[in-house]
Amino acid sequence: MKTENQGLPLDIMELQMGPSHPATHGTIKFNLKLEGEKVLDCDVEVGFLHRGFDKSCEQATWTQVIPYTDRLNYASSLINNIGYALTVEKLIGVQTPPRCQYIRVIVSELARIYDHLTCCGMAASELGAITAGFYMIEARELIIRIVEALTGARLTVTYVRIGGVKHDLIEGFAERVAQTFKTIRKLLEDCDRLLSRNRIFLDRMSNVGIISQETALSYCLTGPILRASGVSYDVRTAFPYLVYDQFEFEVPVGSRGDNYDRFVCRIREIEQSMKIVEQALERLPVGPVWIDDPRFVLPEKEKVYGSIEGLMHHFKIIMEGIKVPPGETYAAVEGGNGELGFYIVSDGGGRPYRIRVRPPCFIAMGAFHEMIKGHMVADIVPTFGMVNMIGGECDR
Amino acid sequence: MILDVSQAQGDDVLILNRAGLRESFRLLKHDKELDYDFLSDITAVDYWGKKEPRFEVVYQILSRRRRRRLRLRVPVPENDPAVESVTPLWRGANFLEREVWDLFGIRFIGHPDLRRILLYDEFVGYPLRKDYPVNLVQPRVPERTVEGTFVDERSHNKLLSLKKSLGAS
Repeated sequence: MKTENQGLPLDIMELQMGPSHPATHGTIKFNLKLEGEKVLDCDVEVGFLHRGFDKSCEQATWTQVIPYTDRLNYASSLINNIGYALTVEKLIGVQTPPRCQYIRVIVSELARIYDHLTCCGMAASELGAITAGFYMIEARELIIRIVEALTGARLTVTYVRIGGVKHDLIEGFAERVAQTFKTIRKLLEDCDRLLSRNRIFLDRMSNVGIISQETALSYCLTGPILRASGVSYDVRTAFPYLVYDQFEFEVPVGSRGDNYDRFVCRIREIEQSMKIVEQALERLPVGPVWIDDPRFVLPEKEKVYGSIEGLMHHFKIIMEGIKVPPGETYAAVEGGNGELGFYIVSDGGGRPYRIRVRPPCFIAMGAFHEMIKGHMVADIVPTFGMVNMIGGECDR
Repeated sequence: MILDVSQAQGDDVLILNRAGLRESFRLLKHDKELDYDFLSDITAVDYWGKKEPRFEVVYQILSRRRRRRLRLRVPVPENDPAVESVTPLWRGANFLEREVWDLFGIRFIGHPDLRRILLYDEFVGYPLRKDYPVNLVQPRVPERTVEGTFVDERSHNKLLSLKKSLGAS
């Protein structure tokens, strides 16, 4: 196949970018059709990190699935935990106590900040703005230290349980968060000065990877990508879960749907998330963090070691798993990258019959060719960066 | 077309007949009062030995304006696992339907490009079916030769000449 371009004959070149490419932080392959530097067509190949999440979950008990959900999106594992726990609780028909709900809101917003900082920091540093990238990574490290102090792990936290959270907030949590937010705001201000009037950054980001409102809706996109193209759809406000309806926050919406809008949307969302956390910490109610239901909650350790009933109770829950009534349900939470939904089917036993995750970035990768068509090869890097594909979630 | 209507845990659930499925979706999407304009998810469930027909394709759609979710379940028999594709209505269904085909072996009639997506082309069987054993080992696949791939032969020749020189001495 030959095309004429300013008198010079050009071959259409096929280039396979990936699966392991230094500029794509994630294992994914683009089969490109190029005319010089221009991308004519892009076929996205995913699945390099497929490890059978659904099938593994069917072998585990309901509680043992929680660590698997950590590994979906490492950047927001707390949101994954919460999404799964909420779905199972919905099928059981229980609601956690208010303090637990507030804690869940706090940790999921912390995870969202972490997710957005990862995405924006990586995208900035891939475009050469290493300084801004490292500022954001510093901010991310501060969040991760709070998460570590609270849960004991940096990434694979497994903090949420069906019917509660593992334990209450640690001492001095609120002060720690307040201090961290102060530093993060300062760091983000610095990043703003470094990036928002930076000619190179603007040229690389704006008017690249444009996706219109209709196309975004047709491709089932959610999260910052959809909001950047001007659709105000956020699961937290459209279908409020936990106690999100009690907080005041805005949903930032873009207008052009290009990479720069996505970037700004994410940065604005960090600010909103910090607001939510501050409000939640202010109003944090006192009370238990577990539901009072021995069918789903492990007994206290004194009872386990001190009485035969407690030991049997513990043994039954660990070995057989909690019993979830037969049925099927779907619940969604707003993850870092969009609507993170869980569809579960139970046959009444101690193990799930089927667990399906609606992975937001898998669906976003389905629209990637639409974003990149007609742009240059180098534009793949910022566009892919702003999609924030996380292999563990995309390929499951 | 509607086989059953139910409500569970506050969700609206419709069980639809697979005949005329795309028309049902068109109605749900374009009707001004229903206005289910957003497709959230497509997946399937294998009720092997539990239910007849064996498979169920599950769609999650929602109306952004009315703030309402709807779940559609479409029973699919084992001897002819195929449903109509909804890619003409939502282009995002492309990847989702490819995944269902890949993991369950349910065909989508009218899908523009029904290939495996998460697994490789040589994979035998459909792993999310309940009769697929968890510990089954797949056969090894020989390396694929992609037509038109540029292979640098010079390094080969170097190795060859090295071997030759070593063998000669």
